[in-house]
Amino acid sequence: MTAADPRPAGPRDVDPRPALIEVAGLSASYGRVAALKPVDLHVAEGEFVTVLGPNGAGKTTLLRAICRLVDGAGRISFRGQDISTLRTHHLARLGIVMVQEGRGLFGEMTVRENLLLGAYGLGNAADEVERRFGQVYALFPNLRQRADQIAASMSGGEQQMLAVGRALMAGPKLLMLDEPSLGLAPRIAAGILDALGALNREGLGILLVEQKAPLALKLAQRVYVLASGSVRAELPAHEIGSHHDLARFYFH
Amino acid sequence: MTSHASTSTSPVRRGAPGWLGRTGYVGLGGAVLIALLFGFVFVKGGYLLTVMQLAMIYGVFCVGLNFFMGYTGQASFGQNAFAAIGGYGSAILCVEYGLPPVLALLVAMAIAGVAAVVVGWPTLRLRGHYLAMATFALGLITYDVSVQWESLTKGYMGYAGIPPLGIGPFEVEDERAKLVCLMVILVFGLWVSGRLRNSRFGRALRAISTSEPGAAALGIRIPYYKLAAFVIAALYASVAGSLFAHVVGFISPEVFGLQMVVVTFTMLYVGGIGTVLGPAIGAIVASLLPEIVRSTGRFQDIAYALLLLGLLVYAPKGLSALSGLGRPRAAEPKPGS
Repeated sequence: MTAADPRPAGPRDVDPRPALIEVAGLSASYGRVAALKPVDLHVAEGEFVTVLGPNGAGKTTLLRAICRLVDGAGRISFRGQDISTLRTHHLARLGIVMVQEGRGLFGEMTVRENLLLGAYGLGNAADEVERRFGQVYALFPNLRQRADQIAASMSGGEQQMLAVGRALMAGPKLLMLDEPSLGLAPRIAAGILDALGALNREGLGILLVEQKAPLALKLAQRVYVLASGSVRAELPAHEIGSHHDLARFYFH
Repeated sequence: MTSHASTSTSPVRRGAPGWLGRTGYVGLGGAVLIALLFGFVFVKGGYLLTVMQLAMIYGVFCVGLNFFMGYTGQASFGQNAFAAIGGYGSAILCVEYGLPPVLALLVAMAIAGVAAVVVGWPTLRLRGHYLAMATFALGLITYDVSVQWESLTKGYMGYAGIPPLGIGPFEVEDERAKLVCLMVILVFGLWVSGRLRNSRFGRALRAISTSEPGAAALGIRIPYYKLAAFVIAALYASVAGSLFAHVVGFISPEVFGLQMVVVTFTMLYVGGIGTVLGPAIGAIVASLLPEIVRSTGRFQDIAYALLLLGLLVYAPKGLSALSGLGRPRAAEPKPGS
């Protein structure tokens, strides 16, 4: 934290909701390059948090370090449990699910197979799997029509729906998304974000990483601004008024 | 809004690559061709019977290798080691200890499975080229052992007098009966492969081949699944080795040497790696090709190589992928919902 911060980290004290995930001093590096300097961040139960930042700010690394897809140092706790030493596949089963940048779909498989892989952690509980299929298809009816289609053959928007749908099949408690609007037409991207808003209203905690500010701010309750691997600001979403403010945070 | 639409009435159908293709005419043509081929071989008999028997045995090996290299997307240059365990296991258990062939095959399978776990656990932490090198070493070591440990394997001389397959008093000695028996085993192996490929287990393997981080992020334990695929491949390889021993009646280190690695790789890629039927198709086609080009005399190696090149250029995803040519392409996606 630098002295130029408009406001020190602190809204944590006023949020009455218990913490869903708390990240303390999380850092990560690729070789000698520190992609993430020690970062503190939290998401409360049912909260929608957005991390904004320019290209190369460390946003993707932040999510990947939380998921242990890159090695990081620091403390992460989930609903009070220390999860710093758990492996990626354990985190998924706890309910920490990430939609990766570029969607990370299994392109050669059908829509249905991708969704079934999302429900991998359920084992062979067929009833529960079907129930979740129902939920995902209700949210994204297109996916039901394309159930037997190869994932890679769908449009970008539908692939992103599938990526979110697959994450939902895992029954997430915390859904993390890495630039879901990337490469999508504004109207399609808005549709996806609307779906995220609906999920959040049902109580799902969301940590969204975005470069496009207006879309991401529409839904978020709280915003972190990340630049050069550190948190430059943390503030309620409605306090970010204009792009000028953002530019100030980015390039400080 | 579309709650009435069931998945099976989807307007756009592009089946998963895997089974030969639900509607593809090319696939149907291929099946007819293979049936005709078997009919011809049955009637004609003689040397072609032996070629087809070996094709079935290699087919079993390749269907197993496909679990590890196709579904899971890993590289193994050393699966011949497990074929050697199967072959020598069956030979030694039958000849020295008088076990019935089927029991010997099962015991050898168990030994190969345990060996695969012991070898695979440390090795499978390696990736890509490193894994390929490590498995290659495994094949070389097994070859050397089978040459040097003469008291057990009879070294270069090879192991002869291995009894034919059979249960109790029934022995499969007729060459045509042997081929039928091998076909049944290969079809069973394919059936298991198809069932597993489209199960939760198989989906996890295929997810790993696409993206290991993506698979892990969905809760899939990568090392466990890699090891499982490696062990399954070893079990199939062991069965193939045992079958070779019982069908031919003789084995030597050369049978399970480097040549086997090259031949089975060719089969896997010619047939279509990662598909269910591809390995079996590849085994049959790659076994018959040398016989087809034999008439070209001293140019037969060149002719064989040219045919292989042609196949790889015009069917880069393997022969089984040709069945997809007849499928309609996906319709233009509708605007987002």
